[in-house]
Formats: sequence, structure tokens, C-alpha cells
Amino acid sequence: MNRVVITGAGTINPLGADVSATFAAMREGRCGIGPLEIEDVDRLSIQIGGQVKDYDETTQFNRQQIALYDRFTQFTLLAAREAIGQSGLTFSGDLADQSGVVLGTSGGGLNTQDENYRAVYEAGKNRVHPFIVPKLMNNAAASHVSMEWNLRGPSFTVATACASSNHAMGQAFNMVRCGMAKVMVTGGSEAMLCFGGIKAWEGLRVMSRDACRPFSATRNGMVQGEGAGVFVFEDYAYAKARGAEILCEVAGFAMSSDASDIVMPSKQGAARAIAGALKDGKIAKEEVGYINAHGTGTAANDKTECAAVADVFGAHADQLMISSTKSMHGHLIGGTGAVELLACIMALRDGVIAPTIGYEEPDPECALDVVPNVARDANVDVTLSNAFAFGGLNAVIALRKHARPAGH
Amino acid sequence: MSIKDQVIAIIADQAMLDPSDIALDNTLEDIGIDSLGLVESIFAIEETFDINVPFNANDPTAGDFDISSIAAIIAAVEKLKLEQAT
Repeated sequence: MNRVVITGAGTINPLGADVSATFAAMREGRCGIGPLEIEDVDRLSIQIGGQVKDYDETTQFNRQQIALYDRFTQFTLLAAREAIGQSGLTFSGDLADQSGVVLGTSGGGLNTQDENYRAVYEAGKNRVHPFIVPKLMNNAAASHVSMEWNLRGPSFTVATACASSNHAMGQAFNMVRCGMAKVMVTGGSEAMLCFGGIKAWEGLRVMSRDACRPFSATRNGMVQGEGAGVFVFEDYAYAKARGAEILCEVAGFAMSSDASDIVMPSKQGAARAIAGALKDGKIAKEEVGYINAHGTGTAANDKTECAAVADVFGAHADQLMISSTKSMHGHLIGGTGAVELLACIMALRDGVIAPTIGYEEPDPECALDVVPNVARDANVDVTLSNAFAFGGLNAVIALRKHARPAGH
Repeated sequence: MSIKDQVIAIIADQAMLDPSDIALDNTLEDIGIDSLGLVESIFAIEETFDINVPFNANDPTAGDFDISSIAAIIAAVEKLKLEQAT
């Protein structure tokens, strides 16, 4: 089995248009959630979100590209550009055939669907632009990444709601680990902050009208965000041979299904995925210093997640840190695991633990060290990133610090 | 603007050329319009002239809408407008 390392990271999300801006915001505990600026927002009962602001697609892409790139694809391509650029890889010949892209998204081109349903139903138009289908399809982002960087190996899109990115990265990890691919571009993207996207979520009555406050006794729901995170997962031997800078090692991954309820989370299902990732990576519980929680800020998720962590880690649960960066960037649904993996990388590389902001009052059912409100310096060797989706589909990924050789 | 000038403007826009660079005997291929560019052009023609263009991307040369040259496309649009008027 091959070891797998991360050699590139990229993002655009409500906290920043690249990785360094995102790290800075996470260190400062800055909130990227604010009033939504979208059409018909006055008809929504939920009017806040983690929007990517000051974004002008025409400065990034030409008209032909915009005709084919939904917002979720645009975010993906920008994040991929940063990640692949950092890796220093170019794909040609055998390497191109042995490299692919697997991405997560839940809504795909939801803005495109929303705009065009609006055109035909509300405006009564009888004709839509010819590229609506290739623009809205969930695999559009993965396909455009493969086209842009000549990734000709295994490529596809994973949709498991809020766990999509983690499931995608788990596939990428295992594909490199087993030798199916040498390099996998992976992560996820979401852009569903449009009238229809928010309206549908309102229906579930799980959304907060004012803030995302994970683990706080005063929490009152989740807040949606948008953006993308993309990483380069690479065969360690290959990365080492070419002298690539290694950000960290992908140590383990596991997934599980609650097989119980379409929306209510299960402690057992979450615990099996967490324990599974440790077992897969041959990681001792005591090695885990930080967990980036799923931490949606709903009553049900946060207490269930804390109970699962307590069950798996026993006494060590009180030693480790667990925070939810959704308090800052919101819930990026299918892209959330990818952006949250950045917090894990920051913990391993920079020794900074991103906080759970908006924390007001302890909840006895979430009695863990949730790194309230202020980032913390800490030296950690192993981090976990949790994702527990609607539909009971859980995916947990473990990263390990990569010891830089002496003299480097 | 005449139908001819409007069609040329649409096609030039799609090809990212100046209208003066489009010759009537050009084919779409000559000016770099691929299959996606063609369906976008037809969409723009339908929107501009409020007509329905009988075009099937499975077999672009079938049907009454002749796309063999810029002149042919202009003639086809003029014919559709005339039919619409009568």
C-alpha cells in the first residue's frame, strides 16, 4: 500500500479567496457570515449566509467559460488552480493517464437551475440557453478540472449531501493508496445560496436566523455557506522523488451508514466512522490532538457528535480539542469537508487550532474542549475531520503531520 | 439594422471577431465556431428575431435551415421572418 500525502491546497470561501487568507481569518476567529445579497431575499425568512463576497466572475473567466461554468464550477476551478499551482505538477503522458479528479457536491449547478426555472416559470420564457444541462450537472466541476489540467485517469463526482467532500477525498485517498492513481485532485464545492436553495432549507426548520453557534447552549441552527476546497493527493514516493513540498500525510479514512433515519443523526453511526478512521490509519486514540467537528450548530448534531467522540475516545476525549469552523464560514454542504480540512492542515503545520466562534454558554451535552471563540496554539500530530450527512452517511478523514527531514 | 447585419453581429460575437472580419462566403468552421458555438448562435438568433429555428444538433445539415455559409444562414433567417409575417 502506498502512503498518500497532500502537496497542494486551494480554496475560495466566505473567509477568503485563497488558503492564506482563510488561515488568517481562522486564526483571528473572524466571521464570514452576514446578510445575504441575492434576488428575492425579502421573501426568505432566513436572510443570512456565508456568501463569497466581492466576487466578480468576469475578472476570472471569459464569456464562453461563464456560459458553461456555474458558480460551483467557478469556485472549484479557482481552488484547483491554487492547489495544483502549489503542487508544482503538470500533467502529461503517463502521469496524466494515472491522475484523476474526484470531487464532492450536493447541489451542483443549483444557481443555474434556479435562474432558469425562474425564466420559464416566473418570466414565462419559452426558450433557455443551450448550455443549461452541461452547466448544471453535478459532474461539471470535475469534468472542467480534468479538461483544464489534462487529468485523464479515474474522475467522477460524489454526492452524499453534507459528507460529499469527505467521501470524495476518501475515494481519492484510497485510489492513490492502492495504486489506482498516482495523483488525485480532490475536495468539493457548493453554491446553493440562491432563492430556491435557501427556501428549500427553510422548510426543514433547522436554520438559524442570526448566527451559527456550534456546541453553545444557545445554538439555534445552521447557517449555509458557499465555496470550494481542492487538494492534491499524491503518492508519497512520487512526491518525495520529485522533491515536492509535503503539507501533511493522509493517514486514514472510514465511512459508515446509520441505516436508521433520513435526517436524525445517530451516535453509533458517527462513532463507527470515527473509530474506523483511527483503525484504518493505525492511529492510537491518544495521538489525536484536534478534531474539526461536523458541528452544524443544530441541537441534534452537536450533542450526538459530542457523545460519539466521548464514546470513541473515552478519557482522552477531555484532552483533545474539537472545534467547528462552520461558526465562521457556515455550512458549505457538499463542499464543507474540503474547506474544513484546511483547519486540520493549519493545526498540523502552523500549530494553530481554529476556534468555534459565537460560543456563549456551555451545554452539558457538549462538554468537550470546543476551543471557544479564540484560536489556540497547540502542537498536534494527528487531526480528524468529521462529516455526517443527512441520510445517515458518515465519512471521517485523518491527517498526520509530516515530519520534515532534518536540514529542511 | 438589417437582418443581414444582425445575423453577422450575432455570429461575429460568438466567434469573437469584428463584424467586418466576417465574409458572406465564410463557413462556420472558417471562423472557428464549433458545435457548441453553433447552438449558442441559433439560440441568439431565436431570441433576437423571435423565431423558432428548425435545427437538430444530431444532424445539423438536415432540415430547412441551411448553415453551410454565413450567406445561407442569413437567407434562412430572412425566409423564417417572411413566413412569420405571412
